[in-house]
Amino acid sequence: MELKPLLIANAQLIDGDTPRPGSLLVTDGRIAALDPTETPDGTETVDAKGQWLAPGIIDLGVFATDKPAFHFGGITRAALMPDAGPLDDPGLVERAAKGGKPDLWVHPVAAATKGLAGRDLAEIGLMKSAGARAIATGRNRIADSGVMRRVLAYAASLGLVTIIHAEDEGLTAGAVATDGEMATRLGLASAPAIAEAIAIARDLALVEETGAPVHFRQVTTARGLDLIRAAKAKGLPVLCGITPAHLFLSDTAIGDFRTFARLSPPLRSEDDRLACLAAVADGTIDVLSSGHDPRGPEDKRLPFAEALPGMAGAETLLALGLNLVRDGHVSPGRLFDLLAATPACLLGLDAGRLTVGMEADLILIDDGTPWQVDAKKMAAYAGNTPFDGMPVQGRATAMWKGGLRVR
Amino acid sequence: MTTSTIRPASDYPPGGDAFRHRHLIGIAQLTPWEISYVLDAAEEWVDLNRSGAAKHDDRLAGLTIINAFFENSTRTLLSFEIAGKRLGADVVNMHAAQSSVKKGETLIDTAMTLNAMRADAMVIRHGSSGAVQLIADKVDCPVLNAGDGRHEHPTQALLDALTIRRRLGRVEGLTIAICGDVLHSRVARSNILALTLLGNEVRVVAPATLTPPAIDRMHVATFTDMDEGLKDADVVMMLRLQNERMDGAYLPSAREYHALYGLTPKRLEKAKPDAIVMHPGPMNRGVEIDSSVADHPTRSTITEQVEMGVAVRMACLDILTRRQRKVAGWN
Repeated sequence: MELKPLLIANAQLIDGDTPRPGSLLVTDGRIAALDPTETPDGTETVDAKGQWLAPGIIDLGVFATDKPAFHFGGITRAALMPDAGPLDDPGLVERAAKGGKPDLWVHPVAAATKGLAGRDLAEIGLMKSAGARAIATGRNRIADSGVMRRVLAYAASLGLVTIIHAEDEGLTAGAVATDGEMATRLGLASAPAIAEAIAIARDLALVEETGAPVHFRQVTTARGLDLIRAAKAKGLPVLCGITPAHLFLSDTAIGDFRTFARLSPPLRSEDDRLACLAAVADGTIDVLSSGHDPRGPEDKRLPFAEALPGMAGAETLLALGLNLVRDGHVSPGRLFDLLAATPACLLGLDAGRLTVGMEADLILIDDGTPWQVDAKKMAAYAGNTPFDGMPVQGRATAMWKGGLRVR
Repeated sequence: MTTSTIRPASDYPPGGDAFRHRHLIGIAQLTPWEISYVLDAAEEWVDLNRSGAAKHDDRLAGLTIINAFFENSTRTLLSFEIAGKRLGADVVNMHAAQSSVKKGETLIDTAMTLNAMRADAMVIRHGSSGAVQLIADKVDCPVLNAGDGRHEHPTQALLDALTIRRRLGRVEGLTIAICGDVLHSRVARSNILALTLLGNEVRVVAPATLTPPAIDRMHVATFTDMDEGLKDADVVMMLRLQNERMDGAYLPSAREYHALYGLTPKRLEKAKPDAIVMHPGPMNRGVEIDSSVADHPTRSTITEQVEMGVAVRMACLDILTRRQRKVAGWN
């Protein structure tokens, strides 16, 4: 299909710290010019009416390919975690990579070990050739330090980042909440928050020894963030991420046994939540992702400890990210570093920024539109959001993937 | 022994305002006056239960009560069954072992099935914290929590409060030591809530491995030394230690637990001379409690607790069904 050149005019471009008035020209599915003085014949013009024009969100670490939810949320690319499947075979990786095209690109994250069992190396090299953009330990960490060391060294030699889940399995065995007043009052089995820092500390030691680049998908505690901060100061190749849940909710959200707030890692204390916000502001946290994990009533309408962890996060990611801007934690430009530029860099993609030559994955955002999160009316195939009922502001109003209008 | 603590009815708000709950899920939802209202109501049933041959009251005649126990129980189930029958209700028991729960039916589906059979009250025990509330949110009749996971066991706390009140003349301003496996105990949680709410000083005495995190936030003092924790206590409340806790994961052995935390006559001397000894049963004699203490004629309240259990459950079933029975003032 022949793509006509596209000019998005009268926009507020997010290509620096703060939005600036400008226009953007797309030809052949790529960004051709910013503020062009002339346009090719036959250019289609879209009037942005002063809305923000930002790179499409690259959601680093989702558990399902849920196109309606991603499109609602302004997500043009999603890195799919290996847990469903699991993605430990080149054939499966290749199929996952084709999953959403053309209007959503899925970047499979390969299983680090066969069956994600944490014992034998998976065919990482073949999976890379099949389209894997990174590898991951999945929903759990690799318990065996010897296996983890070999995984890191091997992936690094292939130029892949290892995405890590950091929780010590001995401390968290059987636990469904973080130690604290809430878990004790509800009578839920809980684990100390240091389970995260202990796991991070081991892996940072392995990073220091192997030089392998890693990304801790979710760091949610003050102790864990302190370790990341120190590792970055040392110059280690370490990135870390978080989801809005741990920035805006503490463990009080599990009161009344609300299973939509059962997450992995579990929601933390208010002190840890505030430490996470501070770490977003000071640059310790590099990535904001949805952790999108839609789960229906068969997984969630159960007693708390029997329900499965996870939340449908794709639709609320942008609006909650905009909360960070409004609350003064980050600038608009930095928000899109967290949502798009850094994930693109980690996955090795020509996308995620409004610069000439990048894929034209673009969204228009009305940053002021108020709306209310409603678990019953979600585009996702399950409405398990812990933010049900919350009033938010801002949503994607238009979206292009590779210059092709998606909505 | 005294019953002089019963308040006149005029001390309570009129009609349904005296107990403003459709269900009894936990002590956490109750106010001090609601607890005292239930205890006063139970006193009546104690008298009836002791009155000789005819123990039958027909106020729940025609109502169906389902006891749905998803976790094994003998005494609590029996206690609820007797309570329902003494009030004239038709009582049906459902055991998880013989139900479709084992066939993979979800808890909600089971609850909806029971609801469709038009029960007038359900008494539910389940092994998972929060399960009873989950059911209560879905059904049309009052639900009584007979124990959910490690969360709450409200009728146990009420019967314990009644036992204390009858033995010591009051259940306020006392020093009460709750001893043993507090971490895994719903009895402990409900009792901590009820007894602190009523204005007692509550202590938790437990091995460090069986002390819940942040338990001090529930307004209790914690002790790992049993002798210290029992010092000058008015009430020593022992908890049952499950056998599977003694296999090395939480505790090295039963004999070590007995040596450090078993309630022996010598250890009991640390408490006040007239201190009472409680246990929710079933007991592990020789592990958490010595037989000579458990069977002590004046200090042990263990059989009295069982007796109070029936009375308290009668009171709860009566109070919670008043709205359906259209008792004047309850709507």
